[in-house]
Amino acid sequence: MAQVSCELVAPKENRPNEGIMFFNIELSPMASPAFEQGRQSELSVKLNRQLERCLRNSRCIDTESLCVVSGEKVWQIRVDVHTLNNDGNLMDAASIAAITALCHFRHPDVSIQGDEVTVYSPEERDPIPLSIYHMPISVSFSFFQQGTYLLVDPCEREERVMDGLLMIAMNKHREICSIQSSGGIMLLKAQVMRCSKIASVKVSEITELINEALLNDKKARKAGGRCGFAESMPQGRITALKMDETPVEVADATERANEIVQKAEAPPQTVPSPEVPVPGMGQVGEVRQNTWGLKEEDDEDDEEEENDGVTKMEESGGGGVVEISDSEEDEVVILTPETPEKAKNAGPGSRHKGVPASKKKLKK
Amino acid sequence: MMEVSASSTVSLRKFGCEQSLLSRPDGSASFVQGDTSVMAGVYGPAEVKVSKEIYDRATLEVLIQPKVGLPSVKERSQEECLRQTCEASLLLSLHPRSSLTLVLQVLHDDGSLLSCCLNAACMALMDAGLPMSCLFCGVTCGIDSEGQIVTDPTADQEKESRALMTFAIDSKERRVMMSSTKGSFSVHELQQCIAVCQRASEKIFQFYRDSVSRRYSKSL
Repeated sequence: MAQVSCELVAPKENRPNEGIMFFNIELSPMASPAFEQGRQSELSVKLNRQLERCLRNSRCIDTESLCVVSGEKVWQIRVDVHTLNNDGNLMDAASIAAITALCHFRHPDVSIQGDEVTVYSPEERDPIPLSIYHMPISVSFSFFQQGTYLLVDPCEREERVMDGLLMIAMNKHREICSIQSSGGIMLLKAQVMRCSKIASVKVSEITELINEALLNDKKARKAGGRCGFAESMPQGRITALKMDETPVEVADATERANEIVQKAEAPPQTVPSPEVPVPGMGQVGEVRQNTWGLKEEDDEDDEEEENDGVTKMEESGGGGVVEISDSEEDEVVILTPETPEKAKNAGPGSRHKGVPASKKKLKK
Repeated sequence: MMEVSASSTVSLRKFGCEQSLLSRPDGSASFVQGDTSVMAGVYGPAEVKVSKEIYDRATLEVLIQPKVGLPSVKERSQEECLRQTCEASLLLSLHPRSSLTLVLQVLHDDGSLLSCCLNAACMALMDAGLPMSCLFCGVTCGIDSEGQIVTDPTADQEKESRALMTFAIDSKERRVMMSSTKGSFSVHELQQCIAVCQRASEKIFQFYRDSVSRRYSKSL
């Protein structure tokens, strides 16, 4: 599935008169369990590069016509291709989808009056199609047994066992836009010529199909009929079902709702928050007991216990205990394994000491 | 107290559904509501990465791909809503240490997108044959500026509405499994909308039954 969208942006510095084309093939995890979301795999890089070469380098779109204000505003055309199902030969499908979407695309009309640029919405003025010189379509060939066998449009299983792949992008005027051979297979000139002949036949068939589909869509739009994915759903199959607009009776729904509301409790009182008792300090909600599991009086007890624990350990621990710093907020207690009871006292104490320290900081 | 008046009938747009349209995923479905279309694919139960495995149930991953651009925070929050609903209805404990992946692709958005995603997800899970304790469906309703409740709003209707609510409703007792709301409304209005959506969900469940019985009409 390909989607084309446009945006007005500043042009590239070295090409102030030309619009920008951006291609993106998304290998969706729906297409194959091997594709992961967000991972830039080798295959995705390869497909993106091939699509760019096929469409951008062949100059099938007139980018100069995308310029609105030279050096300031140009149209950036973005083509997003989403793969839905991978049964082999993603490149061909992506190229057909992309070029068809570009042919179908219309960008909003723009008018320039002096310094002012007005962009009209599709309701005000009919949007303008892109100027496309030719339609490059790629055809892939897979080779088996050192070039003895040739398959056009390999499916997924054939792709896995093939020796090499040859991709030819051509348009219906029999001009080759791009050729790529991968897989390390060596081909004779005669084989390449044969492939290009097969490709030209296929490309003309596919171009016919695309033009027919675009024409049908144009007719449907002119007649005011509906068009889009919703309409293209096949009707005659048993796996598909369509239902017309249905009214829903909701006469007793209001009564039921009223019942539920009456049975429910009254909503709690809303308190406007936050209150500002003193400038610079905000307060949300009521002042309540700290519910973190500690109480004010206990803090002091714990600290006393902890201090005792530390002093005891200093006496008995010998070389094991080192007082690192004297600061109140930064007490470090080293727990020695010989005194498990004291370690237990110090343990909860050390946990608590972090919180009162921060509470003190807050109150300041 | 704000009063909302619902006309005695509200309507749902044209529905369409196609199952098993993709060859690679274990289950796939496309669901169309008016012009809004979503395609869903399910893989599972399959092997799960050790970092993500749960010892007693399957790990469910939901991915929503928007039509243009990369998935953003909005898609993530929709994925979370969907995941909660699916986890509540799937019998995950039948497949421990496995992964279930649900991928959705937005084909066209003309309003009620989240409910269309929910419906497509449920049909795809059915198509994959995953064991579920109940089916679920999604219904969106909006309250427009005059206080009328509109079910299954289009994108234009959504823009003009004061509040927008999406509910996932289960098939056994028509209870609300998940709700996602936007805008301001009173408790009274919420209950009315829930009641309206529950009525509407009956039509959707009937549609599910019809499409599945049609699908298996030749083999059973």
